[in-house]
Formats: sequence, C-alpha cells, structure tokens
Amino acid sequence: MVENRPFLNFLSHAILILGVAIVAFPVYVTFVASTRTVQEVLAAPMPLLPGSHLVENYLAALAHGAGPGTAGVERMMLNSLVSALVIAFGKIAISLLSAFAIVYFRFPLRGFFFWMIFVTLMLPVEVRILPTYKVVSDLGMLDTYAGLTVPLIASATATFLFRQFFLTIPDELAEAARIDGAGPMRFLIDVVVPLSRTNIAALFVILFIFGWNQYLWPLLVTTQEEMYTAVIGIKRMITGGDAAVEWHLVMATAMLAMLPPALVVILMQKWFVKGLIETEK
Amino acid sequence: MEKRALFGSRWLPYALVAPQILVTFVFFFLPAGQMVYQSVHIQDAFGGNPQFVWFDNFKELFQDPLYLASFKVTAVFSVAVAVLGLAISLVLAVFADRVLRGAGLYKTLLIWPYAVAPAVAAVLWAFLFNPTLGILAYWLRQNGVDWNYLLYDGQALLLVIIAAVWKQVSYNFLFFLAGLQSIPKSLIEAAAIDGAGPVKRFATIVFPLLSPTTFFLLVVNIVYAFFDTFGIIDAATSGGPGQATEILVYKVYKDGFKALDLGGSAAQSAILMFIVIALTVVQFRYVERKVQY
Repeated sequence: MVENRPFLNFLSHAILILGVAIVAFPVYVTFVASTRTVQEVLAAPMPLLPGSHLVENYLAALAHGAGPGTAGVERMMLNSLVSALVIAFGKIAISLLSAFAIVYFRFPLRGFFFWMIFVTLMLPVEVRILPTYKVVSDLGMLDTYAGLTVPLIASATATFLFRQFFLTIPDELAEAARIDGAGPMRFLIDVVVPLSRTNIAALFVILFIFGWNQYLWPLLVTTQEEMYTAVIGIKRMITGGDAAVEWHLVMATAMLAMLPPALVVILMQKWFVKGLIETEK
Repeated sequence: MEKRALFGSRWLPYALVAPQILVTFVFFFLPAGQMVYQSVHIQDAFGGNPQFVWFDNFKELFQDPLYLASFKVTAVFSVAVAVLGLAISLVLAVFADRVLRGAGLYKTLLIWPYAVAPAVAAVLWAFLFNPTLGILAYWLRQNGVDWNYLLYDGQALLLVIIAAVWKQVSYNFLFFLAGLQSIPKSLIEAAAIDGAGPVKRFATIVFPLLSPTTFFLLVVNIVYAFFDTFGIIDAATSGGPGQATEILVYKVYKDGFKALDLGGSAAQSAILMFIVIALTVVQFRYVERKVQY
C-alpha cells in the first residue's frame, strides 16, 4: 500500500465482504433448504435459518435419491469419483508419455503427431456431439465407465504444459543418465516424473474438477440410473415432473455434488492456482 | 528450443504417443470428419440415404430465422457474461489487492465457485429465482416486479447470465489479482509522490498495465460463454421460454438429438468449429503480443 487512507481501507473491506456474501448466498440458501422438510421449502418465502432435518435429508438422498425412480446419490457420487479420477489420471498419463516422446526423440511424423494433438483444442465435445456419440455407441461404450471417460482423455493443454516443462529440464541430466547406462524409460521414471511432481499435482487439481463437473458428455452416454454422475442426477431429479420435485433432497444432493471439487480447490489452493494459470497460458 | 540430448529408438516413441493419438483419432478426427461429411449431405433421421447437396444445409441455416435468432441470443449472452464477469471481478481484485489484513481469506472465499459445476450453479440460481418458491423471486414480487422467468424471455436470459457470471467471477478474479500483483510498486509510488490520487493512478497506470490480462480474459470468457455454459442453459431453462435462451451450442444439441436433423445439426457444428478456430487463432497469435504496454 502506498499511502494510508482510512476511508478507502474501510471501503475495500466493505466491498470485499459484500462480494463474498453475494458469492456465498446461493450456496447458503441451498444448505438451508437441504436441512428442512419439503413443506418448509415450499412455503414461500422459505425460512432463512437452517432447520433440524440435516441428517435425515442427507441420509435419504444418499440412500435413494429424490423423486420417483432415481438411484441413490451414493451410487452417483461413486460414478462421479471414478470418472473424475480416471479422466484426471488418464489425461496426465497419456499427455506425459506423448510429451516425453515429442521432446526426447526425433522420429518421422513427430511434427504431424504434435499437430494432431494441437488441433484437438479446436474440436471441443460441443461441436462434434452427434458423430462422437455415434462412435461411442458403435463401440458399445454407452453406459460404461469407459464411455464416460475415454473420449475425454485426450488433452492438448496437458501435453503442451509437459512439453514446456520438459524443455526446461537441463540436457545434462539426460546425458548423465545415458552415460550411466539408463534407457529412456528408466530416465522417464527415475528423473522426469519426479521432477514433474509439482506440475502433475497442479494439473490433477484442475483436471479432477474438470472431470467431476462434466455435463454434456455424461448426459449423452448415460441412460441408466446406475451410471448417472452426481451432476446429471440433479438435473434428472428436477425434470421428473414439477409438482413432485422433492426440493429438500435435491438441495442436499446439490450440496453433496459441490463438496468434493470445492474441498479440492480449498485444500489444494496452491496447486489449484498454479494449475489454473499454467494450463491457460 | 530443441533438446541436444536425445534417445534413439525405432519403435519406442510411437508406442509412447500411441494412446494419445489413438484417442485423438477415434474420438476427435473420426467424428469431426463425419460431421463435415454430414454437413454437405442430407439424410433421413436414421442416417440412411445420404445425398450430396453442396452447401444447401448452410444456405438453409442462414435463411432460418430461428438460427439467426440463436446467433443473436448467443451474442447478447456472451457479451453480457464477458463484460459483467470482467467488471465485477476487476473491482473485487482491485480492492483485494489493496487490503493488507485478510487478503488470503478473501481470496479463498472468492475462488471456490470455480469448483461448482455449471449445471449445479444453474440449479442453485433457478431455485432462488423459482417463480413459486424462490426467495429472490418472492422479494422481487414484494417490490412490484412481475417475476416469472418461465414466461418472460428477458428474465430467463438474465437468470442464465447471472448464473454464468457467478461461476466465472472466481476465475477472472484470480487472473486479475495475479496481474495486479505483478505491477511494479515503484510505478505506483512514483505516481503517488507526483500527487496522483487512487482513482487517477488506477486510470492512468494500473488499468493500462492490466490490458494484456484483460484481453486474455476477454477471449477466455467469450469461449466460456459460447461452449462451457451448455450445462447452465440446459439445467436452468432448457433454451426456453420459446428460444429465448437457446445459444448456438444448445441448438446443435437440440436439433441433433431431439429433432434428429443430422445435416442441419452437422452444418451448425461446422460453423461452431470455425468460431472455435477463429478464437483459438486470436488467442495464440494476439494474446500477450499485440497488447503491449
């Protein structure tokens, strides 16, 4: 701070507190709704203090979801977790390997492969919805974990990030490894991967959130309730039929669906910020 | 920059790139090729009887008032999301950069909405604005506003804009804060010594120095509004009422999956692809180069 201006200090805190309050408000209301009975939620205006049904609402949502014929949220959370982890680790693994090949080897078609990976940036799922769906259904991957994850696993940004990082690893390390008789795979496992730890952690945070929050793709490839992810489950709960929506359970589900990625952001904030800034550059 | 130290192997590099290339080919290039093929053919709803029709699908699209309306909705939506999102987060970042006490806490409390799925964000806001049971809808009615986003076009658009901005503010905030913190303190101090007040310093020094960050965020926010808001639209309004919130991405999905118009949907996808390519080119060529201090 350059100079002391008490009024400006006061104003800064006031605006930031207002900002935090506006950002938190929808989640607070959701939390309150998740602790009340459906009658209390439907009585407009809903009371704005938490009620006493927290435990029973969450247990009910976890066990059998909300609304007629929806699967338990337990199962949906498991599906979300599996797909988020497979997407995050899958992207990291295949990007690490391809960046290693592109940086440490010279081989025919190297430039072409790099270009192929780059072009995927320009083909988000949203622009090739139908044909991709058809490929996945032809491969018999609808309603499977493979169908939920594998098509999302290619990653140009992760490959670029690893490539940039590998280029900064001193050549002497590779030379020393070669002199000591280590082959490329030993060098990758014993030198490159340990050096990439911080990049892997940062990428993991971003990709976990990316995977957990997927919407369009799971909407297309899951038709059976047992394969819904938590985010899709919420959407299905509110479109069942308007009068029958059990808002208190829907809101409990929404809280549960937000919790894992929010925890990852808050607990791994340092990696999150690093990952966000590096993947977008 | 190239490596001097290399490894030699005839087959290993291919094995290493194989998984990525395989996924890329099967789930990106193959479908994209099919999409381009379909965009110049007409087929029946089950994909049979393809007939080559040159650019008829595109011509038809640009004569379709619904498609042009969707363009307009997308334009209004993405400009509103980008401008509001940038403005709000810039204000928050400027003040967060000023405070000494609690800066870390404010940061933590402002960035977590990044973790909320777009569809969940939409459900939260749709609940608040729900005409029969929403708290904000109730307050609006108390104040004489006839609120029902299920009926009024403008209100539905406003709802999805609010949800989209709410989710994106955290991202913009982080980048603005990083940009502000990288401005040399000596410049600000020199200006203060010369008698420039906080407002003048912001307008003549801080804001111009932030222009690369702002431009970068503008591109990112437009991409976000175009493509990543599908979940918000689908969960909050499903494109309704009528076509009031039907952005381009949503229309591709609806025409393809619900109406089974393969050629039209593919042509729309092709147009979207051109938009992505243009935005990517802008991002890679101009961001951080053209906008200099």
